Amino acid sequence: MQIILKGGIVINPAQNIEQKLDLLIDNGIIKKIGAIKPGEYSSAKIYDFENKFIVPGLFDMHVHLREPGREDEETVVTGANAAAAGGFTGLACMPNTNPTIDSAEVINFINQKANGHLVNVHSIGAVTLGRKGESLAPIAEMVEAGAVAFSDDGVAVKTAAILRKAMEYASMYDKLVIEHCEDESLAGGAMNESVVSTQLGLPPLPSVSEDLIVMRDILLAEYVGARVHIAHISTKASVEMVRQAKKKGINVTAEVTPHHFTLTHDSLKTFDTNFKMNPPLRSKEDVLAIIEGLKDGTIDCIASDHAPHSIEEKDLEFINAPNGIIGLETQLGLAITELVHKGHLTISQLVEKLSVNPRKILNVPVPQITEDENADLTIFDSDMVWTVDKNKFKSKSKNTPFDKRLLTGKSIAVINNGKMFIDDNFLNITG
Amino acid sequence: MALSTPHLLGLNGVPKEDIQLILDTATTFREVLDRPIKKVPTLQGKTIVNLFYESSTRTRISFELAQKRLSADIVNFSKGTSSVSKGESFKDTVKNIEAMKVDMIVVRHSSAGVPHYLTRISNANIINAGDGLHEHPTQALLDMYSIREKLNSLEGLRICIIGDIAHSRVALSNIYGLKTMGATVNVCGPATMIPKELERLGVKIYNNVDKAIAEHDVINVLRIQLEREAGISIPSLREYHNYFGITAERIERNNKDILILHPGPINRGVELSSEVADGPYQVILNQVTNGVAIRMAVLYLLGTAN
Repeated sequence: MQIILKGGIVINPAQNIEQKLDLLIDNGIIKKIGAIKPGEYSSAKIYDFENKFIVPGLFDMHVHLREPGREDEETVVTGANAAAAGGFTGLACMPNTNPTIDSAEVINFINQKANGHLVNVHSIGAVTLGRKGESLAPIAEMVEAGAVAFSDDGVAVKTAAILRKAMEYASMYDKLVIEHCEDESLAGGAMNESVVSTQLGLPPLPSVSEDLIVMRDILLAEYVGARVHIAHISTKASVEMVRQAKKKGINVTAEVTPHHFTLTHDSLKTFDTNFKMNPPLRSKEDVLAIIEGLKDGTIDCIASDHAPHSIEEKDLEFINAPNGIIGLETQLGLAITELVHKGHLTISQLVEKLSVNPRKILNVPVPQITEDENADLTIFDSDMVWTVDKNKFKSKSKNTPFDKRLLTGKSIAVINNGKMFIDDNFLNITG
Repeated sequence: MALSTPHLLGLNGVPKEDIQLILDTATTFREVLDRPIKKVPTLQGKTIVNLFYESSTRTRISFELAQKRLSADIVNFSKGTSSVSKGESFKDTVKNIEAMKVDMIVVRHSSAGVPHYLTRISNANIINAGDGLHEHPTQALLDMYSIREKLNSLEGLRICIIGDIAHSRVALSNIYGLKTMGATVNVCGPATMIPKELERLGVKIYNNVDKAIAEHDVINVLRIQLEREAGISIPSLREYHNYFGITAERIERNNKDILILHPGPINRGVELSSEVADGPYQVILNQVTNGVAIRMAVLYLLGTAN
């Protein structure tokens, strides 16, 4: 089957392409790039993507799929569907499932569930068995099963001693540790510590609890000579530490979530549990520092920290509700609205942060928009104005603080693995 | 005259006129409490549920008496802090209670924001009887009433709240309410018991209790949570008493005109010496009596608004 993507602006910062080009895709493979005349491929189905952006498929490196364990909240397939609907063709899922992703068997199970999906699902293995911080999980076996990185996400790796060993061990396979940076002894609060937590009487979570572990991890990465990736960075001081570490040549990278560059802790004033997450929403000052970090490259990528929770788990008294919000289907819209339209990033820089950089960090090949390559593409409209409607989400969970929010910019279609997602449907484009 | 809101969730943002109206209405009810028959038919036919998810003696009894004095029908519900793992959710409990047709809910809960959450899941008038470390508006109102009773006005007064400010919902409600009424409010306590950026609410922080006593007209002394704080926020209760405890000697040395309030229950020998707790400067038991009048006023004003 042949399809033609007509009139789109093709951008791939990894190849230095930024040009209006037609694409012919034959059985899921890019067969021609350049102007295609009307009638040239008479049997091809033509999609008019005039002035839409065609970019290497977006990749979300921080997703909680909840399977195995909490299939009532999300499964590998519903999470991958949500990713496709949000404009993503690849994702990496965190290991805090039940059982934990701390063995090749669990990775094989996830791979089998994701098999044949448009979205490539990669697993992040736990650093330590059961994420308990005591003994190393079987890192080599998990690498062999396909693990792209290691993390005890939800918590930081418990001690510097075991983190050091994990960094050394994972380095043998050129894999890195992804850290949820939070000092355990300062953890346990419900919102960012500030005048707002003081006013609301909610147990505070100080920003310094993140900063302490970011500093520890940077120092260890330098000492060991390993790579470390800071998940969901949220404080001004942490951004500055990453900036300085990069200047010194330490191998540290960082991601930020859309909610940490969009919202501040002032949102908590309604006591709506959809604003409860960890790291918590921070101050305006932190948000500005994060945007600065995105602009100057201190922060390498954007990731959702998609964390599905059932309605009954979230619809509770504030301190009893769990942390986390879903994000796969609002991420691109928020990034375009808050970063591109406000003049902080160009479309090309956005594509780096949502497609190229996360794959580079995880050593996953970046899709090439080249003849005879697999078509792994996202097509989005940067100017489409739409209203978030959580009831239309593909995700099984609805815990978003962005319901009813007006966004500018939306994914129109994704193509990968011989499949296309468009108009709310998966199509087979092979055969 | 009516309040500008159907609920009393806290004193943050409550206008001066509302506070004035509650205090003035309480004056009328205070007089009822001195009658031989301490009951008026004002809330006859109204049903009130006291939803106490956290233990309380005086606040619960005070609300209950206030409701009885107003002739309301009341139901009491007490429970340990809820959790999804322990059966029915808070929301389901509330929905079930509401299905039995109640007009008002008085709620105490260990989570800040529960009264606000209740306004979203219920149609009843909601009164906050203490939510987490957030607010305890009726306590602040009875404190304000007791100060006004002794000193005639709140305008221009200097009031210092002394003790564990970080773990106090009374402190926040007092700060909001008293500032609205034109008083100056400051706090005094060990640095470990002062919450982050409190000064941004327009209060000054004292670490020296003698200075605090000397520079204020009123001190509101908070209870130290014995079990929780020793060894964590303060080295020992002895050290706290020696450096922050209110003693007769301190009062006489620094300010003999001071008025002392305490929301109770008192830890004698910790934040207050017995001499002070029973002495001439304090109005602690007046506060308790006034608490019933204040709660009658709040229940009356919210319960008869529509």
